Amino acid sequence: MSKGISSTSVGRKVLMALSGFFLMFFLLQHLLINMLSIISVDAFNEVSEFMGTNPLIQFALQPVLFFGIIFHLIMGMRLELQNRKARPIQYAMNKPSENASWMSRNMIITGVMIMLFMALHMVDFFLPTINAHYITHEHLDSFGMVAAKFANPVYVGIYLVAFVFLALHLMHGFQSAFQSVGFNHKKYTPTLKKLGTLYAILVPLGYAIVAIFHFVNSL
Amino acid sequence: MNLTLKVWRQKDAKDKGGLETYQIKEVSEHSSFLEMLDMLNEQLINEGKEPVAFDHDCREGICGMCSLYINGEAHGPDRGVTTCQLHMRMFKDGDTIFIEPFRSKAFPVLKDLIVDRGSFERIQQAGGFISVNTSGNTQDANALPIAKPMADKAMDAATCIGCGACVATCKNSSAMLFVAAKVSQFSYLPQGQIERKERVLNMVEQMDKEGFGNCTNTGACEVECPKGISLEFIARMNSEYLSASIKSEN
Repeated sequence: MSKGISSTSVGRKVLMALSGFFLMFFLLQHLLINMLSIISVDAFNEVSEFMGTNPLIQFALQPVLFFGIIFHLIMGMRLELQNRKARPIQYAMNKPSENASWMSRNMIITGVMIMLFMALHMVDFFLPTINAHYITHEHLDSFGMVAAKFANPVYVGIYLVAFVFLALHLMHGFQSAFQSVGFNHKKYTPTLKKLGTLYAILVPLGYAIVAIFHFVNSL
Repeated sequence: MNLTLKVWRQKDAKDKGGLETYQIKEVSEHSSFLEMLDMLNEQLINEGKEPVAFDHDCREGICGMCSLYINGEAHGPDRGVTTCQLHMRMFKDGDTIFIEPFRSKAFPVLKDLIVDRGSFERIQQAGGFISVNTSGNTQDANALPIAKPMADKAMDAATCIGCGACVATCKNSSAMLFVAAKVSQFSYLPQGQIERKERVLNMVEQMDKEGFGNCTNTGACEVECPKGISLEFIARMNSEYLSASIKSEN
């Protein structure tokens, strides 16, 4: 490569797509563990303990995850700023909804909302986990922590709103990532788009079900 | 039909410009949008005013000159047409119509509704060509067998008239659909193979230099393109670019 891939417009969209694929895979894995908290308290605690203490996950995969999240966020914002500069004078009359979906036009809004939620989520779950494992060295009751957080209806409300933003982001993001890496095929793309919509609905819905389950359980 | 027109007027490239309001009466619903603008200009000349400058050439939908953003859409509310093919029957009596030039940092306004699309020319010059010997010994194009599906794909891409509606309509002012069409048309054909890698690398580099935005796959360009160029070509350009940049020895 003559220059870094991130120095060109096509390269940047490929990197956005690759980090997006990685985050979509992570979302699925996170959801599967969350689902365990509905099925079995012991199994959930055991897997949470494993995820929180396994050195490979903690010191290899977790840093990659954080890098992926921060990269996707910063690159997304950088692209947005560049894109705004590309049209210094706006149209007096513009009808963007005539030719593109709301989701595709507002990835920056849904994306930033998801990132704000992530900050709250880190404070709620990640920091207490780090504190217990590396600072106080106390045994952490992961299930107890989850159940206590979701007993609060305000928290459940915030989480549910965040899942709606996540769904909207994924509705465009899933199929867009394939297009960005150069995959658009007459035979497969229509199915891929349907799969994307299904993923965008089912994954956030799964997260929402877990939150609602624990709230109802606390009543 | 009687209409109120809000037209962008700008003396020259340096002028700030602004919308002016004009009333126009007895426009036939069968006339084209450009004919309606001709009527407006006659009216302005008769009133001793400066006519509205707008680009037009073939008036057959193939030159791509008529760079007008009409009522919030490139080439107006109809699909698959340029401005000359847009008929006044798409509007109603009493309507107010906004007429603006295509907006992009890479398409500076020269006067009124005329924009400079030299950026497209410079992208083409960076790689939108094939080098063939034109000394009189040129091989007959038909001597090279090309599979029908490949020839069709190349033709689909080659129908791009370089009008710039994709840039005008894209929320990011991205030129990817145009560049993708120009990269793809050669990539399917044997004549395009020799310069295939440099072509995509150089054209993307020039596109970025011109100040166009990045593609976010909203698909608006495909909807507004008068020639129906597919997003499939942008995906093709992306994979062409990736493959070329990985294999490139520079």
